[in-house]
Order: sequence, then structure tokens, then C-alpha cells
Amino acid sequence: MSEISPDYFALFGLPRRFGIDEADLDRAWHALQAEVHPDRHAHLPDSERHRAMRGALRVNEAYATLKRPISRARYLLDLVGIGTDKIDNTAMASGFLIEQMEWREAVEEARAFGDVDALEQLALRLRMHIDEVTTLLAEQFDNRSDREAAADTVRRLMFLDKLRRDIDDGLAALDD
Amino acid sequence: MALLQIAEPGMSAAPHQHRLAVGIDLGTTNSLVATVKNGIAVCLPDEEGRALMPSVVHYRDDGGRDVGRAALGARVADPRNTIVSVKRFMGRGFADVAHIETMPYIFEETPGMLRLRTVQGSKSPVEISAEILRVLRRRAEASLGGELAGAVITVPAYFDDAQRQATKDAARLAGLHVLRLLNEPTAAAVAYGLDNAVEGVYAVYDLGGGTFDLSILKLTRGVFEVLATNGDASLGGDDFDHRLYCWVLDQTRIDPPSVEDTRRLQMKAREIKELLSVSEEAPFRLRLDSGLSLDLTVSRAAFAEMTRPLVQKTLAPIRRALRDAGLAARDIKGVVMVGGATRMPHIQRAVAAFFGQEPLTNLDPDKVVALGAAMQANALVGNRKPGDDDWLLLDVIPLSLGLETMGGLSEKLIPRNATLPVARAQEFTTYKDGQTAMAFHVVQGERELVADCRSLARFELRGIPPMAAGAARIRVTFQVDADGLLSVSAREASTGVEASILVNPSYGLADGEIADMLRAGFERAGDDLAARALREQQVEAGRLLEAVAQALAADGDLLDAGERAAIAAAMARLQGLVDGPGDTRSLADGITALNRATEEFAARRMDHSIRTALAGHKIAEL
Ligand SMILES: Nc1ncnc2c1ncn2[C@@H]1O[C@H](COP(=O)(O)OP(=O)(O)OP(=O)(O)O)[C@@H](O)[C@H]1O
Ligand SMILES: [Mg+2]
Repeated sequence: MSEISPDYFALFGLPRRFGIDEADLDRAWHALQAEVHPDRHAHLPDSERHRAMRGALRVNEAYATLKRPISRARYLLDLVGIGTDKIDNTAMASGFLIEQMEWREAVEEARAFGDVDALEQLALRLRMHIDEVTTLLAEQFDNRSDREAAADTVRRLMFLDKLRRDIDDGLAALDD
Repeated sequence: MALLQIAEPGMSAAPHQHRLAVGIDLGTTNSLVATVKNGIAVCLPDEEGRALMPSVVHYRDDGGRDVGRAALGARVADPRNTIVSVKRFMGRGFADVAHIETMPYIFEETPGMLRLRTVQGSKSPVEISAEILRVLRRRAEASLGGELAGAVITVPAYFDDAQRQATKDAARLAGLHVLRLLNEPTAAAVAYGLDNAVEGVYAVYDLGGGTFDLSILKLTRGVFEVLATNGDASLGGDDFDHRLYCWVLDQTRIDPPSVEDTRRLQMKAREIKELLSVSEEAPFRLRLDSGLSLDLTVSRAAFAEMTRPLVQKTLAPIRRALRDAGLAARDIKGVVMVGGATRMPHIQRAVAAFFGQEPLTNLDPDKVVALGAAMQANALVGNRKPGDDDWLLLDVIPLSLGLETMGGLSEKLIPRNATLPVARAQEFTTYKDGQTAMAFHVVQGERELVADCRSLARFELRGIPPMAAGAARIRVTFQVDADGLLSVSAREASTGVEASILVNPSYGLADGEIADMLRAGFERAGDDLAARALREQQVEAGRLLEAVAQALAADGDLLDAGERAAIAAAMARLQGLVDGPGDTRSLADGITALNRATEEFAARRMDHSIRTALAGHKIAEL
């Protein structure tokens, strides 16, 4: 399939930009899976099934990458040669790190006290914060074409995402 | 693919060729088989007209066995050899099973999956489940008048890889061609969703005899997309029975009962539990072998109170699934109730309170899973006709897959709720000069420590070309198919050498074991294994020839004359073998040859269909 789809955006018929219409992405994903999903080929010979399976794996990988803003942003950076290494190995500004520590302390405390309400409050606040940063990212990618700044914002988002998962884990642990 | 059909994918281009396909709900308490007749999914009943078959197997001391209703009487008379709820043991070790001390069986503490010692020798849960599936297969074949082309077998959505593999092995052992393992709540959603033509985000709450699943699905124009799934693979009606049983022992302070009396008490507990769904109180009256007579009254309120922790236990998975889907309870448009245990009024109340709406109970909670499975089976064998409902299932993996790393930690490779099929590749290197082998431990679960996750398998890679330490780059690919089953492949990146993989499943059966069981089963049934193998190859060859012929008719113009001739030659050779005296080996070779000859054709058809899909997508938008 690589012949016809040089990148994930093209695969789904979407413009190569950060801001995408999720409904468009979902529709294109469904249309492609309707072609390549293993269930559509269950009664067919092996060669066709293997081919379809490869297509289904690629379509799902592409979808998973574009669906989430962070992986979509990383993918966009990857396409212009700002690779994962560079993103993962850059130091963060100390102001940001201090802010992170404050978040973490609040989460740890809520977890230690089994305070579901506090965790849910934190989750809500964090979600709003993530939305703000994501809006900034869209601006940097799509309006200013400032990839260096975007890369920096992606790094921040990755920290925030880790924090979000920690809060979710904390809530999950308190579910039982 | 549009590749092989003249019309749409998933639709038979030769509608006259109806293939016999069934859906089987292999339940903890009850099992059912269903099929699509004249476009409508129906359960296939036994001679007395009953669709539900109790999942009970009795191994008699005269070497015979009874399955289903015929085995019910033996539950008290011969508890050791009468296995109920065997599904709870599938892909499980001795240490995993709850309340094992109140079970009458003699367990063998073998490493990996537990086994039961019966009067007919040691039995794996896989073999016991196969007995149930075999009876259902025969019921279907008798009713439909022919050999089955294939079956969709349902599994709890929260089943891990080992439990799924065990289920698939049981089906193979029962002589079924498994088209697909299908998650029970997804099957229910298909039957319910298509019947009622619903759209939007729905939750399926499935509480059966032994398992609990909660799936959140988004239904849009024939696409059933699972957003998240969660559950408890050992929580069900059985546990409510057990609570009541413990309560009775507590109230009466009787001595620990015999195995026979334990069975009696448990069966009575189930009866009372079910009665309490329709009446405010029920009499727990029972004469025990020990001479003791019990006479208690259980009120609905008391029962609700003693089982409240179990009801609560179903709410945690709902919260987790909602969180994973990024949704709140109010975003759910409807809650579909599945499984016999959802008839309990306090379950319905708890679910209504949680979601702030009455759950949907306008469906048969016992049958809906089997009906959905039958519909999927019908589609998978290619029986759909133009104008029939068309749908697509996008299901997910319920539990994260991880690899053991230094310090006994699990490094997540594939996250839970990833849409299937999914694959992830990871690169490893050797740490010693000339190293030619490497080991991996794959686990499933959300916890950080490997010890807290389920061990799935240990893989050993062999045949890595000897190189200096750190020079080899071994790319290992972990792939989970639509059934939720894992497979692993590996290749050395710089030389392209394919490494061979030795799989050691932690709770599964080794491949050889299945082969042995199959052989033993056929011998017992007086079936000829060789004849069956030949028949299977002939059917497969016929299917392949038909499919290629259709593909050529539809897309022959994608090939040049030379390519067409090469395919035609491979077809003629295979046709000759089908018409010939019948040799399994050469038929298999002929099938492989034709498959290989059509590989490039398949590739072009796939590209072509994707282009068409994309074009269609754009047109739909304009
Ligand atoms: N009226 C009722 N009130 C309460 N419980 C009931 C009622 N009817 C059936 N049950 C319970 O439902 C359970 C069986 O449900 P079902 O047949 O859906 O399970 P299953 O499909 O065999 O199990 P699973 O899906 O967990 O593998 C049993 O525990 C049974 O006692
Ligand atoms: Mg069930």
C-alpha cells in the first residue's frame, strides 16, 4: 500500500496539518477498514487474507497515530525530520519542571489519602490545561509553521500526558 | 477484497452457494448454538425444543459421558465426575480459581492450566469444553442437514490470551472450524443494534454465570466500534450463589457438608436466587444426606444486602471503561443488559442508578449473544446477499500486552483498548559476542510488576546469525489478530535472517498435546483422521478455486496476459488434483502454489480497492 499512501494523512485523504476534523478521520478510517478488515476476507484464500491483514494493521496504526494529538504532532515533526530522539532528550525549562513537581505532589497527596474527589478535580483542571496547550500547538503548527516551538510544546504535552495517566491509574486503583 | 467480490466486500458473489455456519455461545452455565435461516438469526433447539443447553459434563464410570440436560441428575449423585462451570478453569492455573475449596473435584496441580482427575482419567478444561461444543455441533449438523463450514465462538471480552486460546483449542478439538472468536458483549451489540437500528454510544452490561463484561460501543452507520472494554473474568451468578450458600452455612452453623451436600446446597442457593428475582421471599428448604433438614426463609432484601459487595464489584469496571473511553455516564445513550444474572432486580437498580436511566431489557438476555454470533458467522462465510444488512466490527484488546524487562517490570507494548488487529515491533540487540539465541517473557495486564500480571508465554528466538555483541538488530513483531490472539515473529534486520521462535505458553496446551487429543478423539468416535484431512483439503481447494475465478472475473484487467496465464495454469493443476484420486499432501501443495501465484494479483486488487474506498470517501463528503 505504500505505493499509494506516502503518509498517514494521505492514507485517510486528510490535509497534512495538525488541526484535523476528527469526524473526517473516523469516516475515512471506517471506509478503509471496511475494505481491509480481516472479517471482510475470512472466506478468501491465504494470499488475500495476509495482504488484507497487512493493510488492516497499517490502517489501524495510522489511525491510532493521527487520533491522539500528541502522536499526531510527533508524527508531523517526524515527517520534517525532527525525530523522537531530539524530542525525548531535550531538557525542559526549570519553571516548567517546578510546575510539574507541584502537580505531582498534589496527585501523590490525593492518592495517599484515597481522595477521589481531589483526584477528579485535578483531572478536570489538567484536562483544561492540556486543551490550552493543544490549542497553542495548533497555532504553532498550522498558523505560524514554527516547528521548533511546536517541538517544545509537544515535549510539554508529553509530560502532561504522563501526569494524566498517573491520575487515571490513581483513580482506577481507588475504584475497587 | 473488493479484491475478490464482484460487488461489495464481505458479500458472496455466488449467492446460491449457501454455506452452513453457526454462532456458539459457550457459557459458564448455559451454551447455545444459533444460525441464520432465510436472513433471520435463530437458536437451534434440542429435540424437546429447548435452546439452552446446561454446560454440564458427566464422565460415567462405564466409560460413557452425558452432556447438558442429561448430565444434570449426576450433579448430586456423582459430583466428582460431573463438571459444572468448566469455563472458569479455561486457561487458568490451580491458584487462580476462587472458592476452589468448596468444589468437589480432584484437581491435579500440574504446572500451567489445571486439570481434573475423573473416573475416566485426567481431563483438561479444554477437553471438557470440547464435549459441550461437540454436542452443539452435532445438534446443528442434524438440524441443518450437513457439515458446518465454520463457527463463531463467543468469549468474554475480558478473557486474556490464554483463556481465548483455550477456547479456540476446545473448538478445534470438537471438530469445528473456528471462523472467529467474538467478544460476547460485541455479539450482543450486533444482534441488538441491527434489530433495533440504533445509533450512538451504548454500553453493554453482561453478567452471566461466571463472567462479567462491560463494553462501550459507538454505533455509526453499520460500524460497531468498541471504545473501551473492562470487566472481571471471574465474577458472575455463581458468586451470588456462593454468597447465599455461605450465608446459609452461617445461619445454621452446620458442620462442613459432604461434597454431595455441598452440591445440593449450591444448587438450592441458585434456585432461591432465581426465585427472588420474581418474589419478595423464598423458602430455603432442603434435606441433607447428613440427616439434617434446613428450613430458612430468605427475603429479597436480605439477599440484596448480602450480595451488595458483588454488585459494587461490577461498578468499578464501568468507571474504568468510561474513563478509558473519555466519557461520562451521562454520555451513554442506552445500556443493554445481557446474561441471566441481570434479571436480579438489585442489579437493574444499581445499573439504573449509575447511568441515571433505566437499562434496556427488551431483549432475551440468554439468547442475544448466540444470535449475534450467528449473524457474524453468516457474514464471515460469505453468505450475505445484496441488500442484506452490512456491518463492520472494530473490537479492541481488553488488557495491555507487555514484555518483561530488567527488574521484573512489565514494559507495555500494546495498550489495552487498542483497536484490533494491531502490531508493534521492537528492536533488540545481543549482549554477547556470537550470541545466537534470546528469550522473551510476554505478560498481559495493567500492573507495573510482571509478578502482578498474567504470564502468557516465554518465547525463545533461535538462529540469530552470530555477530559481535550489540551488532545484531533483532526486530520482534508482536501481532494481535481480530480474535485477540497474540503471535510473535522475529527477524535480524541487517541480514534479514528469520529467527525461529519456540513458544512456551504459560497456561496453554503445547501444539503436540492438541494433536494427540485430536487423534484420540477421532479414534474414539470411529472417525478416520486421514479421510477427514483429505476432505478438508478438498473443500479448501474448491473454495480457493472459486474465489480466484471470481477475482479474475471482477479484476482480471489488472493483469497482463502472461500473468493471467500463470494463474490459469496453477488453477488447472489444482483442479486436476481435486478431480484426481485424492492425495492430501499434493492437494496441500497445489493450494500453496495457487496462493503464491495470486499474491501479486491480491496486492494489486488491494491497492485498487483502497483507492476506490478513498475516492468514495471524498465523494461522500462533498
Ligand atoms: N431469574 C433469574 N434471577 C437471577 N439469576 C438468574 C435468573 N435466571 C438466570 N440467572 C442466573 O444467570 C446465570 C446464567 O446466566 P447466563 O446463561 O447468561 O450465563 P452464561 O452465559 O452461561 O455465563 P457466562 O456468560 O458468564 O459465561 C446463572 O448464574 C443463573 O443462576
Ligand atoms: Mg454469557
